[in-house]
Amino acid sequence: MNDTAEAIVFDKVGKTFDNGRVKAVVDVSLRVTTGEFVAIVGGSGSGKTTLLRLANRLLDADHGYVRIGGQNVQQSDPIALRRSIGYVFQSAGLFPHMTVAENIGITPRLLGYPETDIAARVDELLTLVRLAPDNYRDRYPHELSGGERQRVGVARALAARPRIVLMDEPFGALDPLTRDALGDDYVRLHRDLTLTTIMITHDMTEAMLLAGRIAVMREGRLLGEGTPQELARSDNSYIKELLDTPRKQAARLQAVLADRSA
Amino acid sequence: MFSDPRWSEALSRLPDYLGNHVRVSMTALALGMAISLPLALLAYRRPVLRGFLLGITSIVQTVPGLALLALFYPLLLALSALTASWFGFGFSAFGFLPSVLALALYSMLPVARNTITGLQEIDPALTEAAEGVGMTPRQSLTMVELPLALPVIMAGIRTAAVWVIGTATLSTPIGQTSLGNYIFAGLQTQNWVFVLFGCAAAAILALAVDQFLALIENGLRLRARTKIIWGAGGLVALLLATLTPSLTVSRATYVIGAKTFTEQYVLSALMSQRLEAVGLTSTPREGLGSNVIFEALAKNDIDVYVDYSGTLWANQLKRTGIKPRDELLTELNAALSRWKIMTLGALGFDNAYALVMPRKRAEEFGIRTAADLAARAGSMTIAGDYEFFSRPEWAALRTAYNLNFRQQRQMQPDFMYAAVASGEVDVIAGYTSDGLIAKYDLVVLDDPKRAIPPYDAIVLISPKRADDKALRDALLPLIGKIDIAAMREANLRAGNGETPSGVAKWLWDKVSRR
Repeated sequence: MNDTAEAIVFDKVGKTFDNGRVKAVVDVSLRVTTGEFVAIVGGSGSGKTTLLRLANRLLDADHGYVRIGGQNVQQSDPIALRRSIGYVFQSAGLFPHMTVAENIGITPRLLGYPETDIAARVDELLTLVRLAPDNYRDRYPHELSGGERQRVGVARALAARPRIVLMDEPFGALDPLTRDALGDDYVRLHRDLTLTTIMITHDMTEAMLLAGRIAVMREGRLLGEGTPQELARSDNSYIKELLDTPRKQAARLQAVLADRSA
Repeated sequence: MFSDPRWSEALSRLPDYLGNHVRVSMTALALGMAISLPLALLAYRRPVLRGFLLGITSIVQTVPGLALLALFYPLLLALSALTASWFGFGFSAFGFLPSVLALALYSMLPVARNTITGLQEIDPALTEAAEGVGMTPRQSLTMVELPLALPVIMAGIRTAAVWVIGTATLSTPIGQTSLGNYIFAGLQTQNWVFVLFGCAAAAILALAVDQFLALIENGLRLRARTKIIWGAGGLVALLLATLTPSLTVSRATYVIGAKTFTEQYVLSALMSQRLEAVGLTSTPREGLGSNVIFEALAKNDIDVYVDYSGTLWANQLKRTGIKPRDELLTELNAALSRWKIMTLGALGFDNAYALVMPRKRAEEFGIRTAADLAARAGSMTIAGDYEFFSRPEWAALRTAYNLNFRQQRQMQPDFMYAAVASGEVDVIAGYTSDGLIAKYDLVVLDDPKRAIPPYDAIVLISPKRADDKALRDALLPLIGKIDIAAMREANLRAGNGETPSGVAKWLWDKVSRR
């Protein structure tokens, strides 16, 4: 077994809520290797966010195992585990009473890095997410646009140099232009920093454009996974439907644009 | 208006009253916060505990401030008796301690409720983010939740501060000097300058504290250190400015008590002037409740005050039967020695309940005694103060003279006299030493069957001072010197807005020449 390349493994994990009445994740197995960018696609209530939270123990699985770097997460300290994994929240989740610099530096500060190192790291990260440090360092989240906030959110997730980044619908609330730019920027970071990324999205187009591999979830179950090309060959009706929509949209768009130019 | 001597008298008492007010309210607020903040942090994620905490503090809040303060006095008294019998030491249930405890309890609701609400209202996405970036629950609380809830918590603390400072004015009757002394004294002696002064001083104090707290809050929120320094500095300066004078005031040797009515303020001023005349210093404790003042004397919290034989007979000795004046005094002295309280003697007048009616009508109907009333009572209305009709004196009067009035009405004592003078009621149960009897030309009906016990004004001295010759010698010249006419006129003057100390000087002038 090629354990060294294995970054995150979900092994038949299940999670229920409300004393077993709500089955959020049912028997899901998924293997993510180092350097991979995997998107988990599904509608609301499909269990995709629950699955993501099982990885850094924001939730604990009822059965099955989650392994990170070969180690069962149940055997690691949840606090240390979370500090070692980057997490990008839906609509950024920045702390409103902290400046941009304080938000970005939070995990290094929790880890006890020296303040001068943190300041340097903050500037480095701001540059990395294309925000001019001198302009943004001392601003508060409410002074930023949605896109800028999410860039800070990404910078915060990367601050403690994690090997793994988990993203919970990170670009969902942004306008299309910002979303595109931010998505591209993140893929560049993912590649340059050799990160392993799991991104959750309900948008199949976004998943296909950013991720190398896509896993589709519905009602807590994993319906299928693979590269966009592999998924396209799936005979699952839901997956077909998911893939058809962007395809049809693209075709229609093409037609409209052709009409106009004619 | 400011040339009125009452202003300067009010001003001269400010350091003492304000200092004590600040001391009691700030201690209470600090204690209340020290209890309610940790409790709120413990409870905000535990629904059962949270409901319990908010329920209890809400119930406390529904108790009127005055009642809460009054309840703590007997509670501590009982507790003190308990510790005395179990561990061999008691503590003073008078003044500072019951006030601080009651006010602290009173301050808990706004602090606890706002802390819980503030923490609960935080966007769950942020607590989740705190967890996600790797904070421990404690770090999440101190780095994210508390800073975000801070404005709401501070609003609670500010509300509590304003409440406590306002309610502290009610601690006067249980023996804590406060700005309430102005208000209680002013209401009794119709000294509106005092009332106004007390209210304004309490309001300004509350506003100042509120604004300093607001400054600290702003400073914490914007992390502007200068604001925090100004706010905290302002509070400290206020504390020092108000506490220093009251601490440096030479500690008076004798504490003179006074109950809550005009005559008592005059007599306390009179005794204080007598002590001063022989070079002894004293400090007044005014506006004390009837039971509070007796316990305070028995426990040496005050040294001397004037009580009335009939009151002690009924309230402290729990006696209902009535005896002739001399027998009653002798028995009373014997009983008081059980508490090791010393009776210096009677001042010479009595302040009893008595049936009072306009002189003209009494002469018209040929009524001179309570017995003469019986025939006409069926067509007459009688008014008394709030407790009179439930007191044994009334039962005794009714049986002795077979009095059955058409109607009984309860009234504020100050209004009773005007009501009977104007004919709105026919007879009132007045007080024999009240100055209004002369003012409205009323007459006191005789009580030939001695149904009402004598209410001789007697000077009582605390156990600690029982053998204090200097004190006794200073006050002995008053014994037997003050007749009912002199006391009535003194009360009338005080009721018309002259200061108690001014009236006391006048009274001494009048009686010392005899």
